[in-house]
Amino acid sequence: MATILEMRDITKEFPGVKALDRVNLKVEEGEIHALVGENGAGKSTLMKVLSGVYPHGSYTGDIVYDGKVQSFASIRDSESRGIIIIHQELALIPLLSVAENIFLGNERAKGGVIDWRETETRAKELLERVGLKESPKTLVGDLGLGKQQLVEIAKALSKDVRLLILDEPTSSLNEQDSEKLLELLTEFRRQGVTSILISHKLNEISRVADTITVIRDGSAVSRLDCKNGISEDDIIRDMVGRALDDRYPARDPKISDDIAMEVSNWTVHHPVDADRTVVKDVSFHVKRGEVLGIAGLMGAGRTELAMSLFGRSYGRDISGTAKINGREVDLSTVRSAINAGLAYATEDRKTYGLVLDDTIRRNVPLAKLDAIADRGVVNRSREAEVAERYRERLNIKSSSIEQETVNLSGGNQQKVVLSKWLFADPDILILDEPCRGIDVGAKFEIYTVIRDLAASGKAIVVISSEMPELLGITDRLYVMNEGRFVGEMPTAEASQEKIMASIIKSGERIT
Amino acid sequence: MSDTIDTSATAPAGEQARASWGFLKTHLREYGILFALIAIMAFFQVATGGILLRPVNLTNLVLQNSYIVIMAIGMLLVIVAGHIDLSVGSVLGFIGALAAVMIVNWEIPYLIAAVLCLAMGAVIGMAQGFWIAYFRIPSFIVTLAGMLVFKGLTLWLLAGQSVGPFPPQFQLISSGFVPDLFGAEGMNLFSLVIGLVVAAGLAVLAIRNRAAQARTGTPDEPFAFFAAKTTIIFVGIAYLSWLMADFRGLPNVFIVMALLIAVYSFVTSRTTAGRRIYAIGGNERAAMLSGINAKRLTFLTFANMGMLAALAGLVFAARLNTATPKSGAGFELDVIAAVFIGGASMAGGVGTVVGAVIGAFIMGVMNNGMSILGIGIDYQQVIKGLVLLAAVVFDVMNKKKG
Repeated sequence: MATILEMRDITKEFPGVKALDRVNLKVEEGEIHALVGENGAGKSTLMKVLSGVYPHGSYTGDIVYDGKVQSFASIRDSESRGIIIIHQELALIPLLSVAENIFLGNERAKGGVIDWRETETRAKELLERVGLKESPKTLVGDLGLGKQQLVEIAKALSKDVRLLILDEPTSSLNEQDSEKLLELLTEFRRQGVTSILISHKLNEISRVADTITVIRDGSAVSRLDCKNGISEDDIIRDMVGRALDDRYPARDPKISDDIAMEVSNWTVHHPVDADRTVVKDVSFHVKRGEVLGIAGLMGAGRTELAMSLFGRSYGRDISGTAKINGREVDLSTVRSAINAGLAYATEDRKTYGLVLDDTIRRNVPLAKLDAIADRGVVNRSREAEVAERYRERLNIKSSSIEQETVNLSGGNQQKVVLSKWLFADPDILILDEPCRGIDVGAKFEIYTVIRDLAASGKAIVVISSEMPELLGITDRLYVMNEGRFVGEMPTAEASQEKIMASIIKSGERIT
Repeated sequence: MSDTIDTSATAPAGEQARASWGFLKTHLREYGILFALIAIMAFFQVATGGILLRPVNLTNLVLQNSYIVIMAIGMLLVIVAGHIDLSVGSVLGFIGALAAVMIVNWEIPYLIAAVLCLAMGAVIGMAQGFWIAYFRIPSFIVTLAGMLVFKGLTLWLLAGQSVGPFPPQFQLISSGFVPDLFGAEGMNLFSLVIGLVVAAGLAVLAIRNRAAQARTGTPDEPFAFFAAKTTIIFVGIAYLSWLMADFRGLPNVFIVMALLIAVYSFVTSRTTAGRRIYAIGGNERAAMLSGINAKRLTFLTFANMGMLAALAGLVFAARLNTATPKSGAGFELDVIAAVFIGGASMAGGVGTVVGAVIGAFIMGVMNNGMSILGIGIDYQQVIKGLVLLAAVVFDVMNKKKG
């Protein structure tokens, strides 16, 4: 195998910080090269240097691609050489068709007039290569996230890609879609396309990657060859710079007999398509001091269940009853749900969790402003005190409470969201994908917070698509599929296989 | 970060100056607009050979811009909540017409008529806010419709004629001055006293605030900067009130304006309701999921805007002493421009009342100054447009840098 890319001694400085410090990266032609590291370690910066987002001259060191030293001035330059980057946030336009998106900026045209027939036939070929059967005329917005991701890849293929860079491609995909994507990558490997895969999902990496480069604090700390067999623990050790004996904090559950919340026969219909039942006749309970998990594939209805409970923030024609501490409660608005002792920390912190332009100080007390106000007037010193307290308690890495949340890393943003709900002091806290897209170190801190909350007598409900996470931190599990609860088991008796089995069996029963 | 610089009052003078300069550079966005106003005033003061700050002109400046300032306060809230209100000019005209018809034609006592007009303004705001908040119709469209509707209703109400004049007591809203209780020779001493009390009050508030900050942590502003700022504001207000006292005293409408600025500054920066409006503008969905009743607050924001537009309508009608079918046409654009010059963001969630007021005065001083210089209305429009663009470009560039 020949070396397709070698980045030598790349150093990139921003005012006051050295984001990359003499990083070396060597990628062989036709391999899948994984780039791992905690958030903020410098992976994305390195890829931006490679793709010309940070143009030649704004960094030091050499990029040797195809045997020649390159000086890319822009993304266009690197794309013309076959280096295509697919960002974590998809760059598709929902109201345009698949074909239009694929050839956006690269239209099949003669003299400025678009040749639609050519566009569609070419789009169809590309869609076949990525295994999509949709018509090229379908609007991108009508596709699920997994399929959108594949459209992005088709778009990359349309540009004669030689080196494909994927930045956390599976972070918002469910297991099936992730699986499909990884298969596609291995298929590309057979066709001779080289890929660089940035991911936090170590199980995926250890499955498909040929070589792994670990980046920590702006330097490449190790290069692991997967032919010799690599364990996830090896990767984690290099990522965090120490061995993490346990990825989950040890706990000694003290589950009380008191039922904190009991939901019976909860049914929710789709907000637009009222004939569709999204949550079907779900009943469950959670005890004080218990960490309850809700497992399931994406689209199973877990978020919908949680949001419909939390002030009917999702769905219509909601029926069923909810009891908190034995009394039936009114959950018809978010306010009444909060007052009843319920809190819901969203899976999508940027859209639903934070006022990004605002500071930590203003975000933390938002759900319970009245507690820091006297007759409607905010007491600013109490506000600062509260924000400071949670900043310390949750170890939110920031310059001060005056830092805007948009500038925090994912893990620290998540801690701000958690702070907000901790300050609201609920009895029952529903956490929806609490650790999505955040690094190993921050995950451990958040697990610790969950453990401590349960120990203090709160009831915690964790919704997660990461089965090892659920197995690691919960006491009891429900399995949800297609809007129903299809299984319940104590975590001690659960395994990934058992959870998958109850999902698959329920699917058979229904169809 | 400026917060980490040693800013205690005991630091040597050189360090103080450096810290202040550093602070100013990082907070250019907040203070730049104030400096722009001072610079523009200084420019016209020189260019007009001292006419700009003559007591009579200064008084005029306040009267001319009062209704824009009043509406800018309401508009600031609307824009912070992530909306826009295009109807305010028409509502101002409509309420002026309504007041004229009630007071002049129907001979309803002016006080009752004024109260009814304010209530009518609030109802108009609610009628528009209802569709915006509860039916999620874009505010641009709802208020564009409102603009047409109330322009038409003004014409209908006045039957195409001008209606006036108003009784003298009603005119006092705009043309009255604070009575001179002390009866001093040659100037309205009472006005000067009010000005000094307000200036001193603001200084005391600022000092107390800083002391409270010092107790709970480091104050944001370096000491030298804080001292300079407080002194400038104190001297500025005292000087302006002295100038106006020298003519006929503080206009009544100035007092109304000052009260509104004080109350709304407090509401936006210190109350839970104000805080929630910013949260809605910043991220409506996150605000709703934090238990904030975004619909009701949006509704109330528009009701408030309607009421302030009605107040502006009364002030404007009293000033012209007649209601004409054309009054208010195009005012919404001046108001919106003032808010954006004052640093608010089109996307919502950002902006201050004081910024909007300063923005309104920047427009006002330019209007006034250019008129004194005899610059034609054609050039005036062009220059105002460019200033609006420049202000927002400056704001955006500054944000990118920061």
